[in-house]
Amino acid sequence: MAKELNLPELGFAASLRYLWRELTSMRTALILLMLLGIASIPGSLIPQRSQDPIAVRDFFEQNPELFKWIDRVSGFDVFGSPWFSAIYILLFISLIGCVLPRSVEHYKASRALPPLTPKNLSRMESHHKFAGSSKSLERANDWFAKNHFRIRKEKNSLSAEKGFLRETGNLFFHLALILVLVGVSFGALFGMRGEAIVNVGERFINVPTTYDSLSFGKLVNEKVLPDFTINVDDFDAKYNPRTNAPLDYTAFVTVEVDGKKEKREIKVNKPLTFGSTRVYLQANGYSPIVTVRDSTGKVSFQGPVPFLPQDGNLRSIGAIKVPDGDPQIGFVATFLPTYSRTPNQGGVSVYPEALSPKLLFSAWMGDLGLDTGVPQSVYRIDTSEMKRVALSSLTPGETYEFPEAQITFEGLIPWVNLQVVSDPGKNFALFGAILAVLGLLASMFGRRRRIWVRVTEEKKIEVAGLAKNAAPGLSDEIAKLISAIKGEK
Amino acid sequence: MQTTWAYISNNFVYSAMGVFALSFLAHAFETAWAVKTPINGGKSKGNLLTKTLDYKRTETAARIATAMMVLAFVLLFVGVVARGISSKHVPWGNMYEFSITGALAFTGAYLVALRKNDLRWLGLFVSLGALLTLGTAVTLLYRDSTPLVPALKSPWLVIHVVAAIISGGVFLLSNVIAGAYLYLDSAERKGGRKPWATRLPKLETLDQLSYRLVAFVFPLWTFSVIAGAIWAESAWGRYWGWDPKETWAFITWVAYAAYLHARVTNGWKGRRAAWLCLFAGSTFLFNYVYVNVWGTGKHTYSGL
Repeated sequence: MAKELNLPELGFAASLRYLWRELTSMRTALILLMLLGIASIPGSLIPQRSQDPIAVRDFFEQNPELFKWIDRVSGFDVFGSPWFSAIYILLFISLIGCVLPRSVEHYKASRALPPLTPKNLSRMESHHKFAGSSKSLERANDWFAKNHFRIRKEKNSLSAEKGFLRETGNLFFHLALILVLVGVSFGALFGMRGEAIVNVGERFINVPTTYDSLSFGKLVNEKVLPDFTINVDDFDAKYNPRTNAPLDYTAFVTVEVDGKKEKREIKVNKPLTFGSTRVYLQANGYSPIVTVRDSTGKVSFQGPVPFLPQDGNLRSIGAIKVPDGDPQIGFVATFLPTYSRTPNQGGVSVYPEALSPKLLFSAWMGDLGLDTGVPQSVYRIDTSEMKRVALSSLTPGETYEFPEAQITFEGLIPWVNLQVVSDPGKNFALFGAILAVLGLLASMFGRRRRIWVRVTEEKKIEVAGLAKNAAPGLSDEIAKLISAIKGEK
Repeated sequence: MQTTWAYISNNFVYSAMGVFALSFLAHAFETAWAVKTPINGGKSKGNLLTKTLDYKRTETAARIATAMMVLAFVLLFVGVVARGISSKHVPWGNMYEFSITGALAFTGAYLVALRKNDLRWLGLFVSLGALLTLGTAVTLLYRDSTPLVPALKSPWLVIHVVAAIISGGVFLLSNVIAGAYLYLDSAERKGGRKPWATRLPKLETLDQLSYRLVAFVFPLWTFSVIAGAIWAESAWGRYWGWDPKETWAFITWVAYAAYLHARVTNGWKGRRAAWLCLFAGSTFLFNYVYVNVWGTGKHTYSGL
């Protein structure tokens, strides 16, 4: 769009209009588009909280001073930062300001007749002049009609136009992008996302307390959680014995909705669907089952404890906390599904299946710090107020005794991490994306062109055309028209 | 059985490399030999720069070069298919497989384009490019053929990656042409093209060709990103998560969108457009190399 030369030094309304025109100019849109690309770059180079919170924490531990500065400019939340939002919001305002007027204009143009035949056709592309007959204009008219041109008839000339698909597609593409953004925002405002670790044999009930982590969009709360229960009956993991890489994971579950039970499977690429809520199989690991008895032999803790995998062979860390007792007891432990020793690392796991499981632990006594109100990781123990009393390892069935207590490693069961996601905007985004591609294709293959035919005073026929955006193929088309006019078939 | 097919695949890939090398030599010979043959029959005593070249004399070499290229393409095709059979999945589960399939797509794009246009001057670069890609693949990136990790088991993988590979091949072709444009443009500004470059098309043709390729493949790239998002939704529970690979795919998309707008709406062309094209293409390459080799995130599989 043309820039105005006389800068307005006028009132508020005029300044606004000036700003608006600047914002919706192509140049501004282009700069914003480039800025959006450049602004995403730090998001891929600096660890992001939404991606990898552990890497962000490591960064903090290594460079606390630099961390502070990066965090101040939202460097760890680039895609939710005010400056990133500012760029894309401005870009979309600019886009709307550009596309809406163009849509109106395009609609009007598609209703209007093609423009009058220019006086001097020889200045146009593919100009031809040849002897014609009285039927020439009629034949030209038939040819245009047959080829779906829009025609304007004048006294001794025809003006025809075709190829509105290009601009239609172009506008559709840009409008569809707005729809994608609406879908994304809708999902962020009305969606939810949560995760829960469920031991095999246990049940997941879709209420907030069953989740290990749960977050809602700004405009919804826990009332949106649909009513369902998932019982994890079994879990099957297959690995490649040569590379230890996983081949397949399947969770066998019993789903209960409205009192009806049904056996189902969840796989990595095959989530369960409940309306707009889907349940994904995201991770898996082992829960060693342990029993802890106090010095009198009374059971003070019993059950499976989910451990957190640390590598591809499922070396897992975890903590067994026994708070009932004075002093309290805690076990800091490592679980190795297939135990082996290396001189450098000590105990390691060499295969992800539990072929020769072993539990390495250290036992601590003192204050577990559970009453301080500071949230604690279930996989770690703050041992600053504790004293180590034992260090040992167990295989399934074995018991280790020390003066204050004894611990038995009963066995193990796998756990699965179920991710529950609701994104009601997803389908809008997908629909918008499909429209965008269709629009793009239409705009790439559509060619807008005009062709004129005139009978001159000396009874000659003049033909010429004009292709927008230098689209190819006009001269071939005109050659066909001419042979039709000449009746050459 | 699995290893037999992998073995067959390796042999075909090596053979393809050999034939690519022959094709490269034939292209180089053609280009070099034509330099010695001034068209004005020895009348000109001027330096080489004033002479135009006679490519008729090297027509045979050019034909051999193209035939070799076709043969190499066929060999590589068999190699890629055998690799797919050996690992029981489409042959782009890791960077080695992606590279050999990418080289196949790049050569294929050139051969298809060759049917309609006389692009044999590009053959030198295409055979060299394929050779370098395959060389890197077999020396640095080679991994034993293995089945896929669970997240990759999806029909969308096939669709997403086919679209990404084709887009990548065409983006790179467009980049080679934009690079040739910049080189020839600076040569013309300094007084003229080197003799070997005289057969290369006019600057405007290169400029247009580079743009057409991008315009043609941009919808496909858009589609590839969308197919990836659909796949991510079923595998990871979200269709877009600003994973490094996704971020760079987005940056590439934005860069090419800017390029198309700059060309169509703002009328950029020539050097400025070529630089922008190179920039956009380099974001694609960066994504391929950086995210696979050094990056973190969900797109790093199976070693490389």
